[in-house]
Amino acid sequence: MDALDLARWQFGVTTVYHFLFVPLTIGLGAFVAGLQTAWYRTGKDHYLTLTKFFGKLFLINFAMGVVTGIVQEFQFGMNWSEYSTFVGDVFGAPLALESLVAFFLESTFLGLWIFGWNRLPKRLHLAAIWAAAIGSNLSAYFILAANAWMKHPVGYEVVNGRARMTDLWAVLTNPTALAQIPHVVAAAFVVAGGFVLAVSGYRILRERGLGVTGRRTAEPATAGAGDGDGDATIPLRRRTDMWRTSLRGALVMTALAGVVVAGTGDLSGRLLHEQQPMKLAAAEGLTRDTAGAPFSIVPGVEVPNMLSLLAAHDPGATVQGVDDIQRRYEEQFGPADYTPNVPVVFWSFRVMIGFGMATVGLSVLGLWLTRKRRGGQPSGQRGRQRGRRHDSRTGEKRAAAPVPSWFARACVLALPLPMMAIIAGWLLSEIGRQPWTVQGELLTAASVSPGVSLAEVAISLSVFTVLYGVLAVAEAALLVRHVKAGPEQPPTIPDPTLTAADPDAARLTPTLMY
Amino acid sequence: MTTFWFIVIAFLWTGYFVLEGFDFGVGALLPLLSRSEAERRQVIGTIGPVWDGNEVWMITAVGAMFAAFPAWYSGLLSSFYLPMFLIVAGLIVRGVGLEWRGKVRPGRERALCDAGIVAGSVLTAFLWGAVFGNLLYDTVLATVIGGLLSLSVAILHGAVFVTLKTTGPVRARARRAALLAAAAAVPVGVVALPSIPASAMDVPNWSASPWLWACAVLAMAALTAGVALVWRRREGWAFTATALSIVLTTATLFGAMWPAPLPGLTLAEAASAPYTLTMLTWIGLIALPAVLVYQGWSYWVFRKRLTVDISSH
Ligand code: HDD
Ligand code: HEM
Ligand code: HEM
Repeated sequence: MDALDLARWQFGVTTVYHFLFVPLTIGLGAFVAGLQTAWYRTGKDHYLTLTKFFGKLFLINFAMGVVTGIVQEFQFGMNWSEYSTFVGDVFGAPLALESLVAFFLESTFLGLWIFGWNRLPKRLHLAAIWAAAIGSNLSAYFILAANAWMKHPVGYEVVNGRARMTDLWAVLTNPTALAQIPHVVAAAFVVAGGFVLAVSGYRILRERGLGVTGRRTAEPATAGAGDGDGDATIPLRRRTDMWRTSLRGALVMTALAGVVVAGTGDLSGRLLHEQQPMKLAAAEGLTRDTAGAPFSIVPGVEVPNMLSLLAAHDPGATVQGVDDIQRRYEEQFGPADYTPNVPVVFWSFRVMIGFGMATVGLSVLGLWLTRKRRGGQPSGQRGRQRGRRHDSRTGEKRAAAPVPSWFARACVLALPLPMMAIIAGWLLSEIGRQPWTVQGELLTAASVSPGVSLAEVAISLSVFTVLYGVLAVAEAALLVRHVKAGPEQPPTIPDPTLTAADPDAARLTPTLMY
Repeated sequence: MTTFWFIVIAFLWTGYFVLEGFDFGVGALLPLLSRSEAERRQVIGTIGPVWDGNEVWMITAVGAMFAAFPAWYSGLLSSFYLPMFLIVAGLIVRGVGLEWRGKVRPGRERALCDAGIVAGSVLTAFLWGAVFGNLLYDTVLATVIGGLLSLSVAILHGAVFVTLKTTGPVRARARRAALLAAAAAVPVGVVALPSIPASAMDVPNWSASPWLWACAVLAMAALTAGVALVWRRREGWAFTATALSIVLTTATLFGAMWPAPLPGLTLAEAASAPYTLTMLTWIGLIALPAVLVYQGWSYWVFRKRLTVDISSH
């Protein structure tokens, strides 16, 4: 065990941890902005209730994204000074852009949004949440451009042992980045969509007096009567309708994002074939160069020619194998071990695709189950409510199929599954790149800070681990508590001083966001 | 170009120390200024909407160092490993405390958040000064004095900020706190500020130009003027003065570090390629004014004094 190992562990632990919160910030921010837009457009109270409810969950999560991100920024310099000196010229630029263009936008406008409910005109207040959401997505763009450069360095030359940027545009439009950015951002929307699904599913079960396991935990809430929840003043019908709305929104978001994830994932696979053959070989556990290579779903279950088809869109194409690449790398870079941890990479790949696409499949199923039927009754549903909507445009009755309880229960799985998938994706990506930090240019072993002692890294690693562990438990408890409590009471008592000045303001008054 | 980027980075750090300076002060003073939950909310409310935006000044300063002077960035962070680690840890507990205090249960949980805010603010405010003090002199004494200077000035600055942004008993307490903080900040400043340009005299390459001395003296003057203005209840001017003294102190500090920000490392050696610096300049010229405008606007939106009964949040 030396400082290098610990620094690697620290990077892995803190980055994975940062990435537990980041996808929710990216996806949930946009979702909340969408809800608020719906409220702005239609003026319907339940959109406001949802905006505030998910807004609060978003903020609890956001805090963790911010503070763990600072660790990331400092850690490059603290633990990886050789790396930072080598790449700073290229890598630093997107990072500086990220703070200058994205973080300022996000933090300032989020502050305006949280505290601006009754200080900003409705329109500007809506713009504030959009600006913050755009900021998060921009930040993903820049950091991922930096990360993509490590996989496929472009737009630089090495002078005196340091990478020197020669073309910023090439760095920002790196083909690897252009595949990776939509892949990660869409995956973040899958995670956030899964989160909303799980929360809405849970709330629907709760309104029906059911627990997540399907056991009856309480009498189903009756219209208007309190069951101890904060939202007891909203009639039951409106409450289940409300959760159905957020569920449907999340289903649409997850399914659409799922299409993007699959498309860009396929693209990433083909780029791996060209740019990082070792990662692809490890992801498949392929030892020798193989023409018409098969894809094993799990060891032993193979689809012939599938890997070649995925990697090159040609069933007969030759895919390189780990041992042969190792031999070629030794010829090119000198003797060393160029093979990453194959089992980890192999299984990460399968967890990512399997768990992630399972969530997407669930959302497609859900869209079908909850579709609206013109004029008809929802068939074969055992749900308690027959939610019926009146379509004001056509005057026709539209039956909104209630969410089946078993589906609401399945939705709870949509929280952990994509979370594990997205983390597995990073394990594939980062561990698969080892032993390089910058593919073909800089080895991880040569990246570490020479002057930092084992003891120093040990201290920071252990304190971060403990601190992060405690905060994770606290955040989970806080989220669970707020989800259980449900939304706060809708505005009932308008503030007279505000009503006089601005009729809209009265509805904006009560907020307990902070 | 290297000089220009050195100035940009000094500017970003200055913005950070001025803005987050009062955040730290407010955080540190939380238990002293408030007696009830309503008052605590009033105190926190003064920085609530803006503290995260203020922190991004540091994130940008560090990011800009990474991009423009990679060797300076990595040298500074790796050679001050443990202090940097503690700074980040402090920022974590403080940030989480600020964001979560309104969302946890009142009582023990909220008290824990408040403790995080206080501890994180005090620790981080002290450590920034300590790091730079140590960078200049590499002695324990200099480290402690540097830390005390940044902590006491942050507390003074934060107290003045609270007097400016609140009404009622909190405001009165903040005024007293400012005067008490001044009792520490002024003597420490008198020792510490002149030693910044003085340090530059011993180091080959560093220059103790008359400008530096002028900055240091003016920083002292601004600090004392700030205290006098608090005494005379001219809060707006007092805040301007404490802010100015932080600006001048940072200017002196970075002036002393020019052209070798770390022992044995010159800016020219640390700098990125001219191409990178040119690109960064264009980006900065477009983005930074926009940031200044919308961040300024957010301060304007929240310009009103907060009363105890803050029905707004
Ligand atoms: C919900 C999450 C999720 C889902 C469902 C998928 N991915 Fe993914 N994938 C990620 C989340 C992710 C990620 C965590 O976001 C990664 C890690 C690094 C990156 O660029 O994105 C990633 C990386 C990643 C890479 C490595 C890129 C590299 O290192 O250069 C490949 C080849 C794929 N993915 C391919 C796929 C395919 C073919 C998928 C299914 C159709 C797929 N992914 C679904
Ligand atoms: C941009 C976003 C990045 C993300 C999300 C990310 C994510 C990850 C993940 C998930 C791991 C696996 C942890 C493990 O070892 O188990 C990892 C490992 C690692 N990453 Fe990255 N990474 C990123 C960028 C970087 C950068 C810029 C560096 C530069 C030093 C880096 C260097 C490493 C190293 C050294 C490891 C340890 C590998 C190992 O122990 O096998 N990563 N990263
Ligand atoms: C390892 C490299 C990374 C570094 C150096 C880094 C840096 C940071 C920093 C400094 C923050 C705090 C910003 C603030 O206070 O407002 C942050 C938060 C965040 N980062 Fe990361 N990050 C890394 C990985 C990632 C990745 C891979 C993504 C996206 C795909 C990402 C997206 C975000 C988002 C959305 C936030 C939360 C919003 C925010 O705090 O502003 N980060 N990151």
